Amino acid sequence: MVMKMEGGFLNNLGRVYAIYTGCFVAFTVLIGILEYAGVPNVYLGYMYVAGTLTVYAVIGFLSRTGQLTEYYVAGRSVPAFYNGMATASDWMSAASFIGMAGSLYLGGYDSHAFIIGWTGGYVLVAVLMAPYLRKFGQYTVPDFFGARYGGNAARLLAVIVLVTASFVYMVAQLVGVGIIASRFLGLSFEIAVYAGLVGILVCSMMGGMKAVTWTQVAQYIILIVAYLIPVTILSAEVTGVPIPQLMYGQAIEKVAALEKSLGILNAHANPFSNARGEYEFMRMVNFFALAFCLMVGTASLPHILMRYFTTPTVREARSSVGWSIFFIYLLYFTAPAYAVFAKLEVYQNVIGQPIASLPAWVAEWTKIGLVTLRDANNDGIVQLAEFRIQQDAIVLATPEIAGLPYVIAGLVAAGGLAAALSTADGLLLAMSNAMSHDVYYKIIDPKAETAKRMMISRVLLVILALLGAWVAGQLGADILFLVAWAFSIAASGLFAGLVLGVWWKGTNKPGVLAGMIAGFVTCMFLLVSSEFYGPWLKALLGDSTNLVAARGRQVAWPFGLNSISVGIFGIPVAFLVTIVVSKLTTPPPQEMQDFIDSIRIPTGAVKLAEGEAPSH
Amino acid sequence: MAAKQLSLEEAKAHWAKTSTLMWTAMAIWFFLSFVVHIFARELNAITILGFPLGFWFVAQGSITGYVILCFWSSSAQNAIDREFGVEEE
Repeated sequence: MVMKMEGGFLNNLGRVYAIYTGCFVAFTVLIGILEYAGVPNVYLGYMYVAGTLTVYAVIGFLSRTGQLTEYYVAGRSVPAFYNGMATASDWMSAASFIGMAGSLYLGGYDSHAFIIGWTGGYVLVAVLMAPYLRKFGQYTVPDFFGARYGGNAARLLAVIVLVTASFVYMVAQLVGVGIIASRFLGLSFEIAVYAGLVGILVCSMMGGMKAVTWTQVAQYIILIVAYLIPVTILSAEVTGVPIPQLMYGQAIEKVAALEKSLGILNAHANPFSNARGEYEFMRMVNFFALAFCLMVGTASLPHILMRYFTTPTVREARSSVGWSIFFIYLLYFTAPAYAVFAKLEVYQNVIGQPIASLPAWVAEWTKIGLVTLRDANNDGIVQLAEFRIQQDAIVLATPEIAGLPYVIAGLVAAGGLAAALSTADGLLLAMSNAMSHDVYYKIIDPKAETAKRMMISRVLLVILALLGAWVAGQLGADILFLVAWAFSIAASGLFAGLVLGVWWKGTNKPGVLAGMIAGFVTCMFLLVSSEFYGPWLKALLGDSTNLVAARGRQVAWPFGLNSISVGIFGIPVAFLVTIVVSKLTTPPPQEMQDFIDSIRIPTGAVKLAEGEAPSH
Repeated sequence: MAAKQLSLEEAKAHWAKTSTLMWTAMAIWFFLSFVVHIFARELNAITILGFPLGFWFVAQGSITGYVILCFWSSSAQNAIDREFGVEEE
């Protein structure tokens, strides 16, 4: 009812979300009381999921709109601070929330490529792109390609790259929803995926970007609270100070001492080393290649870039990138603490202990297979090699490691759901907007009425969501590796065209078309062939390419580089081809130069070239 | 809104300053993302508050730097825009 004061809503954002946060805390306390009163856990889980989904649905309903600018770019009325929050939850997926701390736990130093890779890209967004895209000020990322590179060919290529990258990414989010919901609610995986689908559509269907924005802000609040609480309490228990981000230094020292006594050669903090703790040059190369691809991919993923179309001004677009990375930072600089505290718990209280007296959480997570324990030598003591923990278990099990009640575990599940749903919403909207606006309106039927365009967009939204859910249900967790594909695909296909479009006036249409095709094809060829035709690719590329057993296949690492980092080939190819072809062909006409000049300065009109009418 | 129309020279000077800022930011970004981590093994010999320094940089140092860099570069760009009278509002 607070939201009913439309118009007043934008002026009361602080109060609205403060009340919302208060209600959420009260809701959590209520569930805690119910738990204390003896209500079974599975009902508490249902209440959490139903409660949060209802909130998202209400926001989605209150933000319904029939206006194109609201539907596509939230009326360009989102203040920098809130756009930062929305971008943060748009950005942080199930992989960030559930998986990342676990991969830091398992991979140690080298896995921290994800930490810098998934944050450093925002510097590129802030400096190279966001302000200029905002000044350009239309609806979608392909719009920019259409206007800057004279017409529909570049626009269509951009749509193809956008849909390819976003779709694989969205499927992974639906799988994440399925995993969380099936684990906490006991639903079957397929049913959980379709339930998640409903959760996604209620947010985006009626209000498009406007609804997704305000839902994402709400989802950010839930996910960050859920992420910070368990590890903060754990830090207070282990070190006496509830600041995990600072105190896990102590835990690292203890872990290092335990590593020595347990005979673990590759220490947690030891960079670029193999299992024997020896430095390997290729590990360093792979670390930097992955970080680079993730950073450039971040700066190329349209569901992120389109968020910067929604601020009122160029200046706010710029500062909202700062807020985005700040809100992402709150989670990312905490994730390493999760990993280290979990490691301390395992090395201290699990390894070397009698199986009969293990902490309760071990048995709990053994039941659903996230932890496996096999007493190979039958001595009744847990040996290092006998204990395995899946990466998803780290964040999910921390509440129990800290001895917290189920209500906190439920909160973490709600946070994971929020992370997955918000990202899926952003991706879905990026795809349906590109297909309805860029393909249908700009290419097929430029005379289409507003109502018809929005109807098409909504229909596409449902179709894409259903298709994504179907693929997720069919393939399940086997396709989670696809997340990493999205970054290399977007980076290889879009980054050169975006950056050069603003920063080098000499970039022309033939150059960008050739560059996009070359980058995208190089990337897709290497991704598909290294994943599915590993031995063939090795025969093609020679001995420096090795084969690694993964996902039941022989996956090739081209020239010793992990196949998820193939953007390292696609990105330079795209730049090189774009520049060379642009140099060899006629430079862009004067009116295009004027257009570029006009988007480089925050004020003044945007001078569109070649009869490109601004979108209405 | 009567936006100020920049002369050709002014526009050039504005863009030159913007470009310098961009290259500065990119250099800092490159340092935080790559250069510092090349020396991770050496930095790990130093320990602060329990953190081996090389590890701290990859876990928290670089990303703290990114946050500051984003806010700093956006305010530096605002200053450039003000100088040329092309800031909004």
